[in-house]
Amino acid sequence: MFDRTVAELGRALASRQVSAVELAKLYLERIERHNDLNAYLDVRPEVTLAQARAADQRIARSEATPLTGVPIAHKDIFVTRDFASTAASRMLQGYMSPFDATVVERLANAGMVTLGKLNCDEFAMGSSNENSAYGNVLNPWDKSAVPGGSSGGSAASVAARIAPAATATDTGGSIREPAAFSGVTGIKPTYGRASRWGMIAFASSLDQAGIMTQSAQDAALVFNTMLGFDSKDSTSVSRPDEDYTRALDDDLKGLRIGLPKEFFGAGLQPDVEKAVRDALDVYARLGCRLIDISLPTARLGIPVYYVIAPAECSSNLSRFDGVRYGYRARNYSDLTDMIKKSRAEGFGPEPRRRILIGTYVLSHGYYDAYYIKAQQVRRLIAEEFQRAFRECDIIAGPVTASVAFDFGEKASDPVAMYLADLYTIPGSLAGVPGMSIPCGFGRRNRPVGLQLMANYFEEAKLLGVAHRYQQATDWHRRLPPGFD
Amino acid sequence: MSLTLDDVQRIAHLSRIEVTDADARQILDQLNDIFALIAQMQAVDTAGIEPLSHPLGGSQRLREDAVTETDSREANMRNAPAQQDGLFLVPKVIE
Repeated sequence: MFDRTVAELGRALASRQVSAVELAKLYLERIERHNDLNAYLDVRPEVTLAQARAADQRIARSEATPLTGVPIAHKDIFVTRDFASTAASRMLQGYMSPFDATVVERLANAGMVTLGKLNCDEFAMGSSNENSAYGNVLNPWDKSAVPGGSSGGSAASVAARIAPAATATDTGGSIREPAAFSGVTGIKPTYGRASRWGMIAFASSLDQAGIMTQSAQDAALVFNTMLGFDSKDSTSVSRPDEDYTRALDDDLKGLRIGLPKEFFGAGLQPDVEKAVRDALDVYARLGCRLIDISLPTARLGIPVYYVIAPAECSSNLSRFDGVRYGYRARNYSDLTDMIKKSRAEGFGPEPRRRILIGTYVLSHGYYDAYYIKAQQVRRLIAEEFQRAFRECDIIAGPVTASVAFDFGEKASDPVAMYLADLYTIPGSLAGVPGMSIPCGFGRRNRPVGLQLMANYFEEAKLLGVAHRYQQATDWHRRLPPGFD
Repeated sequence: MSLTLDDVQRIAHLSRIEVTDADARQILDQLNDIFALIAQMQAVDTAGIEPLSHPLGGSQRLREDAVTETDSREANMRNAPAQQDGLFLVPKVIE
């Protein structure tokens, strides 16, 4: 039962093959058994079981949705009333939110049962989950490898089947990169499609919630509940709700898949390229046309991102002052000293570094040269995507240049770590939906992800393209050794 | 462009983050590496390009000026590091 997809669990619950309480207990036991992965930061069985009992009552009353009773875990970037919300930071240790994030609330209203909160890089800043104040998350496929980041706990928990689905967030690749490294399906929707209300803010013009599951079909099912307009998020896009499962079975004959030549250049490791090319062959057999395209400015995505994201982070994280909530230093001389010491001790090295960069690029005399310049290049990148989508329907390529790296390999070199997001950042800057699906294994038997991107609001098409591949292959159903 | 130790301390002060002199040296090296990476974008001609702040454009929505929040002072203050009589406590700022 633990290996079932969201869709399968929903059917098993509806046919009374299993109860929500039985499922919750099964997953809670598995979480306990695999706690060496350090994927969960807060588990409260009494809360989970109370939600499961309520779900069972709802099923008994025949008021269930397809998700009622299906367990889910939330990245610790979403605030929750019943579990601590820490952003994996010492700054928010033990923080209890007075409200639930909109995404959490929507899924709870549909009857999903919360298993707990998932580890991640501190304030979602990182590509390896090594920046968590609460320790590394291990990659279930190889415990000496990073699970990817920032949504490392989300990816590892779905890979290890200690959650059938996990929310995640993506600012520059934080859903797609860990999904690739940990061999699960991960999707970020169009910017503005998921509510940011109650998502602890990092870079507001880029932050977007998404989901990790075993399959694209599951992601579509969860999106039907999770996405939609929210008046509480000022950048939420006002559009009617839609059925994200509607294109799952669409024929792919004649679909134009664009391959950006910049994503297949120097630096791409041969094992990753091989798995990605094999996946593209599958699409060719399904009747798709593979065409070469170019995104020449995409290579500037990283410099642009490392201006915009830190700038917005320095602004967002200015709220942590040790006065109203969060960590307060023990010894200080006056108010300013208290704030400075609280922030120095409460934030880890990566948030501190990004706040410093952001403060500098926004400071007097540098704003135009850095922040405005970056926003201008960002527009050029977004326009390039629009030109590309006139030539093709879907953009495909690798998610990362290599398979998951070892712990410590890049931890002391921020620039090397930043380059891990080379292929994911351009899509984040453009704000288009993107996903990673498992497409095989590379060096040391570590998973490889295929990146698929579509134009704005084409999540349904994107999910259909992924689903067709998953019907033709079984990479997404593989279990890491030791987790059966 | 290269930053100096004085720049690091000035930025740290603006950021309200205490940085020890020992840490400042390491931070300086890392920031200089990062700004070397960032400098790549300066080569792009962006004359006349409108800066992009929201991928889908649009302006900030306005709502009716109506009361939407109920009083949740107690819940909102539950996480305060120091409080008394419904007030946040900070070190004395006025003598």
